[in-house]
Amino acid sequence: MSEIRIENISKNYGKVQAVKNVSFSVKSGELFGLIGPDGAGKSSLIRIITSLLLPDSGNIQLGEYDVVKDYKIIRRLIGYMPGKFSLYQDLTVKENLEFFATVFGSSIEENYDLIKDIYHQIEPFKNRRAGKLSGGMKQKLALSCALIHKPEFLILDEPTTGVDAVSRAEFWDMLDRLKSKGISILASTPYMDEAMRCDRIALMQKGEILGTNKPSEISKMIQHDMFGVRADDMYKLKQFLSKCIDVDAVNLFGQEIHISLKTGINETSIREKLALQGFSNLEFRQIEAEIEDVFIHLMTRQAKEVKNDQ
Amino acid sequence: MTNDKIIIVKDMLKKFGDFVANDHLNFDVHRGEIFGFLGANGAGKTTAMKILTGLSKPSSGEITVAGYDVYKSGDTIKRNIGYMSQKFSLYEDLTIAENIRLFGGIYGLSRKEIKKRSAKILTQLGIEDMANKLVGSLPLGWKQKIAFSVAIVHDPAIVFLDEPTSGVDPITRRQFWDLIYDAAQRGITIFVTTHYMDEAEYCDRVAILVDGKMIALDSPQQMKKAYKKQNMNDVFVELARGKRFFEKAPNNK
Repeated sequence: MSEIRIENISKNYGKVQAVKNVSFSVKSGELFGLIGPDGAGKSSLIRIITSLLLPDSGNIQLGEYDVVKDYKIIRRLIGYMPGKFSLYQDLTVKENLEFFATVFGSSIEENYDLIKDIYHQIEPFKNRRAGKLSGGMKQKLALSCALIHKPEFLILDEPTTGVDAVSRAEFWDMLDRLKSKGISILASTPYMDEAMRCDRIALMQKGEILGTNKPSEISKMIQHDMFGVRADDMYKLKQFLSKCIDVDAVNLFGQEIHISLKTGINETSIREKLALQGFSNLEFRQIEAEIEDVFIHLMTRQAKEVKNDQ
Repeated sequence: MTNDKIIIVKDMLKKFGDFVANDHLNFDVHRGEIFGFLGANGAGKTTAMKILTGLSKPSSGEITVAGYDVYKSGDTIKRNIGYMSQKFSLYEDLTIAENIRLFGGIYGLSRKEIKKRSAKILTQLGIEDMANKLVGSLPLGWKQKIAFSVAIVHDPAIVFLDEPTSGVDPITRRQFWDLIYDAAQRGITIFVTTHYMDEAEYCDRVAILVDGKMIALDSPQQMKKAYKKQNMNDVFVELARGKRFFEKAPNNK
């Protein structure tokens, strides 16, 4: 059973609470996304899960093993790709891969099947030093190195940060293929749109898990109706909506402004108010909440709770 | 009317040895617009930005920024622009107020002016009570908002922003764009790079770089129409894919 069970994990650095009583589990063979901005506590949590950092309290089990007691076994079972590129810059692509294979008592040939799809793309550069690779190629090499000992669990800390939209999509395609080989995958990301590529996600902010769900269920985490509004002059439209007393949340989403209405306000009244303003090419439609809508909603609620506690 | 063009780039070429980082770029940036500069990793964005900010010289081409020639007047350009880099922007072991004072001083503002502008920045960001906090102790989102305010403390003609919102939470990301809009309304030209394609929609015009070449330049509306796509993400993926699928392999012996 390749399940990751995280129970009541907390970690403080002095006065800073980096991880606050976090619990969730990654099921066997699941592709699980840990989603949150910089400073949310994702890396601390991942370092605890990979046995690199001791928690102040709580338990983590990977399969049948305890991450603190059985750390030596755990380290053989996991493939870990840290947030910063951490391969040997002055070794070649092939030397890096050989090194990681040897450390785990394996060889490139033994598990070539697992990395074939990924390594194939960088193989033409196998004699190039890792430090001289482009960002996308470094990422592929790091993933190959994390996989070379055929891990049961693959744990990736922000593998797509700073990577362009095309390479990001390709990277998630690779993870999909690895999942189909039965590896349980936990990946963190600050890009909310990547949530859609996961089986389940946890939203993390200020050390806390704000919610865990399937991407398709995320929109239901906001109970009230959401609307998308647009017009030619988006700047004026946004200013008007921000000041309008009927409107609760106002957020820019690309070419639209997403709004929610205050309790007891119906759609007709806001439509009438907007019509009176004479915006040209005004469009108004009901929408399903996107993941960023949900994240913003939960962040705002969290901030209010903190205020109430003080 | 050259007066309406704050950046003029004609045939800009930049080579590193045999490698062509910027392949004969041609474009103008209009005064007061929000100009988005998009491209995959390694497409040549940072190289071009370094040339436009006077930090690096092109191999050839005619380029003027804020009316100054990049070959002759690199230092004058630096005084007339603001620049916010992705990595370093503020001194972590100075307070917010000290950072504003330092950069105001570097840009040659008088003490009185610095005092006035500091107060304005602190009010605009709603952090009057945090002026004496060390920047290092702040969350990333706050650092980025302060770094932007500091980058435009001297009211530059243009501000260059290199992935200013990477990794920032969704609320702060939007607040950051409010600051950008506000600066643009005041007449500051914005030149911005980003990996968030929803942010490309907020730009007046967007340029897309692939392998050192500029392959598209238009408003987001026109671009979506031209490529028959719902959003800028789909436009970008279509343009940037294809061309860079097979990176050129070296000759393996």
